[in-house]
Amino acid sequence: MDALLEVKDLKVQFNTLEGVVHAVNGVSFVVEEGKTLGIVGESGCGKSVTVLSIMRLIAEPPGKIASGEIIFEGKDLIKLGKSSMQAIRGQKIAMVFQDPMTSLNPVLTIGKQISEALIVHKDINTSEAYNRTIGLLDLVGIPQAKDRYNDFPHQFSGGMRQRVMIAMALSCNPSVLIADEPTTALDVTIQAQIVELTKNLQSKVGMSVIWITHDLGVVAEIADRVIVMYAGYIVEEADVYNIFENPVHPYTLSLLRSLPRVDSHRYERLAIIPGTPPDCIHMPTGCPFMPRCSFVIEKCTLENPGLRNIADDHKTACWVDVKTGRPA
Amino acid sequence: METSAPIIEKPVIAEIEKPPLLLSQLVFLRFKRHKMAVAGVIVLILMVLYSIGGTFFKSEAFSLVTDTSIRLNAPSSIHPFGTDAVGRDILARTIYGGQISLMIGMIAMILEVIVGVLIGALAGYYGGILDSLLMRFTEAMLNIPQIPLLLVLGKLLADKIQPIVLLGREFSGSVIVIIAVIGLTSWMGLARIVRANFLSLREQEFVTAARCTGTNNLSIIFDHILPNTMAPIIVSATLSVANAIISEAYVSFLGVGVMPPTATWGNMLNGAYNYIETAPWLWIFPGSLIVLTVLSINFIGDGLRDALDPRALTQAE
Repeated sequence: MDALLEVKDLKVQFNTLEGVVHAVNGVSFVVEEGKTLGIVGESGCGKSVTVLSIMRLIAEPPGKIASGEIIFEGKDLIKLGKSSMQAIRGQKIAMVFQDPMTSLNPVLTIGKQISEALIVHKDINTSEAYNRTIGLLDLVGIPQAKDRYNDFPHQFSGGMRQRVMIAMALSCNPSVLIADEPTTALDVTIQAQIVELTKNLQSKVGMSVIWITHDLGVVAEIADRVIVMYAGYIVEEADVYNIFENPVHPYTLSLLRSLPRVDSHRYERLAIIPGTPPDCIHMPTGCPFMPRCSFVIEKCTLENPGLRNIADDHKTACWVDVKTGRPA
Repeated sequence: METSAPIIEKPVIAEIEKPPLLLSQLVFLRFKRHKMAVAGVIVLILMVLYSIGGTFFKSEAFSLVTDTSIRLNAPSSIHPFGTDAVGRDILARTIYGGQISLMIGMIAMILEVIVGVLIGALAGYYGGILDSLLMRFTEAMLNIPQIPLLLVLGKLLADKIQPIVLLGREFSGSVIVIIAVIGLTSWMGLARIVRANFLSLREQEFVTAARCTGTNNLSIIFDHILPNTMAPIIVSATLSVANAIISEAYVSFLGVGVMPPTATWGNMLNGAYNYIETAPWLWIFPGSLIVLTVLSINFIGDGLRDALDPRALTQAE
């Protein structure tokens, strides 16, 4: 498989009054052409910061990409200048945001907002941009696209707005689509529609997708590979079957256990993960998940386990073999 | 047995699918309910008609003719508003003076909006050092009292600038000075409003989304953020027209504003205080025109503020 986008040892920090927040701590992954990478993790684990760094949209200051490389089409995005980065945003790498209610400009018509990327990046005239915008609205399943072109965002429902956002993102045929929790603000039926839509579009235009979510159900539906993040570290990486069938990190295990199951006993309580994620300013020594982990051995308190291969294409960051409970 | 099918009245589809109101329609509807503002619009239109339409009845030359034999004549059929201390026709002078007064208000407002929006937008969007510099500059400007500045500059520069010809009329150079000084000393409030709105709007997700599509900063500032803060700008601009007219009247009344023979409503009052009781038509006509214009602009501003308030959106029927 060809790697389209490769993130190597990315570290992102934020300087705050209380100290340096280590938001992303040495994250590496590869996005393959035409595949979907799911990034899972609870709030504040660095998912959004990771993808915002790919777009170079971390506010600097207070943020800073401390180290690492983001290789896209043979170039390191971190070293790119402002204008060359602007040419990549929207054209090569596009992004869909979590809340379609706030990510559309309330005072501009959706037609204008969708055609904007086209006018910025492609050398086309207004009527051509209009036609392509209508085509995009059709593509994402907005009925009567011609009538809706001049409508404002408040005239659309939440699901429709997310479709509009996707149309905006797809306008220049990007090779990577980053979706930052695109279904979190939507109800389940609309969520399913958006996931279905993205899968269809992906097979039609052949782009890669980075899909961020904390909903494991959505990941199972859409992802080819899955990265599980915790406190700015990748703790497990595998293809989607292995994550669900054969999880090897205690955190992934706990996440899966805390999902409600169709076949569970009716009065069974949902499993929870005790405690809260660590403070990213004062990181504990050792494994960041150690305080909440039920498999702790002495080594966990001393040294942070790096990500290591345990099988072909299956990586984990844990000192323990969760099947036996003994050191791996 | 045969039963006739019950007649169901079908609703007219066009009525159900009535498209939602555009923002401009909504604003118009709400503005219409503000009676005083509507009255203000009517009065203001009459004022514009008066000062432009009047030119078809009285020539400008007529407004400049001095004839001391008819000085301080009371209103009559030949001079409906009477004559002033050097025998000029007051009706003709209010017509041509109105043009200047309204023009000063409009152009000073445009200047103010350009400077205020530019400074506020740049400071609010970029923040940091640029914000500090521009806001300290704004505060420094706020410390300069406008009226004394107008008086001093009016006195200093008035006769240094050559008269200019515009739209077939010759204006005294002092008009330019007054417009520039009023425009350049009244943008600070607007700049602060715009900056405050930009500070909160730039953090909105749609700005990040715009950045994600590769839009450059200038386009984000003017195409994406600025339309979101149009309401306070429109209201502030409207009110500043009234302020500019008042300021002009004020300094012209003191005799250092727009220099005669060019008439403005303000400088027609200059000298009228000598005849407050003996020749009241000297101040009644230009004075009431100023009051009417400024009042109606202020009512329009109030109406616009209510009509453009997004929180009032739901109240419109």
